[in-house]
Amino acid sequence: MDMLLSSPSFAFIQVLNSISLGMNLFIIAAGLSLIFGVLRVINFAHGVFYMFGAYIMYSVTKEFHMNFFWGVIAAAIGLAVIAVLIERGLFQWLYDKEHLMQLLLTFAIVLIMGDLAKIIWGTDQLSVSYPESLSGATNLGFTFYPSYRLMLCIVGPLIFLGLWFLIEKTRWGRLTRAATQDMEMLAALGVNVPVIYVTIFLIGSALAGVGGSLAAPINSPTPGMDATIIVECFVIVIIGGLGSLWGSFVGALIYGFVFNFGSVIVPNWQDVFAFLLLMAVLLIRPWGLFGKPEREGH
Amino acid sequence: MPQLEVDSIHTSYGLSQVLFGISLKVEPGEIVSLIGRNGVGKTTTMRSIIGLTPASSGKIIFEGRDITNLPTFKISRMGLGFVPEERRIFPQLTVWENLDIARRPAVNGDGWDEERVFTLFPDLKDIQGRAGGVLSGGQQQMLTIARSLMNNPRILLLDEPSEGLAPKVVEDLRAQVKLLKESGLSIVLAEQNLNFVLYLSDYCHILEKGEIKFSGKPQELRAQPEVLEQYLTL
Repeated sequence: MDMLLSSPSFAFIQVLNSISLGMNLFIIAAGLSLIFGVLRVINFAHGVFYMFGAYIMYSVTKEFHMNFFWGVIAAAIGLAVIAVLIERGLFQWLYDKEHLMQLLLTFAIVLIMGDLAKIIWGTDQLSVSYPESLSGATNLGFTFYPSYRLMLCIVGPLIFLGLWFLIEKTRWGRLTRAATQDMEMLAALGVNVPVIYVTIFLIGSALAGVGGSLAAPINSPTPGMDATIIVECFVIVIIGGLGSLWGSFVGALIYGFVFNFGSVIVPNWQDVFAFLLLMAVLLIRPWGLFGKPEREGH
Repeated sequence: MPQLEVDSIHTSYGLSQVLFGISLKVEPGEIVSLIGRNGVGKTTTMRSIIGLTPASSGKIIFEGRDITNLPTFKISRMGLGFVPEERRIFPQLTVWENLDIARRPAVNGDGWDEERVFTLFPDLKDIQGRAGGVLSGGQQQMLTIARSLMNNPRILLLDEPSEGLAPKVVEDLRAQVKLLKESGLSIVLAEQNLNFVLYLSDYCHILEKGEIKFSGKPQELRAQPEVLEQYLTL
């Protein structure tokens, strides 16, 4: 606490830490929120997708000795493939079933993929190196800051802009928004709605993979990392509003600041602050900052 | 060969059967109407044709191809348009976005686009940027028809277009549907508004309890007021 007040550069570094944490989480939470917004499925397996992203990064850089960049690409493609298999093989049969069935399925995927990860990568904590070009610190004039975290502060907003453009400014985005509102009418206009569904599931899951691969050097890949991230993602999307891109962006930033400054001000209480914030949102605005109140019925 | 032939379809929602052997034919450029009170099966007939509630038996042939069990989007792409009674505008999309998502070039090249849609419904041109959810009933009805036209269908299923509209708007709509017919579009029209439907139709079917009770030209119906009385008034 004293450090925050006495040292401006320390405070500034904490601000950057909050943003970089928030942006890494945004990439993952945006995928979860996107999938819910269109498919109306709460994918508990999103956390395990993130974990696979981190493990894929480990394999690509440590086992195949390839560049960090290829690790990110491989994580995106790997999770995209897994997503298509799961959506076409399993999910598509459950859209018109009750929500409980979907939750059970996603939970089954968590257990199966969690064990698969243990079989493939073992149970030890693995370490992933920072990419060489980003392993140092960047001179910001008055202070130095880790280049890798600075990269996260830039990549997050870029992904936000990309998603925003895709959803708001392209015809495909218009079709996607229409699908969230009335998929039957969209089909009657000649649109193959299942293709939109699988594409959204693919993009959302690839975001989990990319988020996991980018988190790998910071959070060493280890079994159970999926459980932590899914809770963080839920806090973020509930604060921001499920299904809202702006919501996951702002929610992730808020979470980053609360978590980071919480741990500076009262060490080890960061989770308490995050959950107090969640409770406040649920009490005052249960549909989240950027969400819309659910209409009665359909 | 008729453009659309519905041959004795039976359709159910779950356990409750709604259609009991509906048959009808539409020749190119014709308006064929389904007349009857609420709940007699007009909408279900249309939903069966477009594949949203597939028929459990019977056949639907469109331009020589059996479409009975095709998925809705494929039926739509073959050239069938559906304008639902509830209009079902995408409320969070703008008027222009509602039109854009339905854009599909005509097979023969000379089809509907925004410009042509706006000449038929000039009122839509000035509200292109407005959200679909805030339109008036008349504007919504125009938009839902315009949206289907962007699909460039060769036959349009038009479900109770006049419902809930002010008399002046219904009058405009009647002229607009007439123009559509004159452009060569075939139409299946479900209606309860007799003036509207008898003026436009080439052929009428009166439905009750999921069956066709009477079929004939509008002038034959006009000549038999007791039939209209029996099936249309409460």
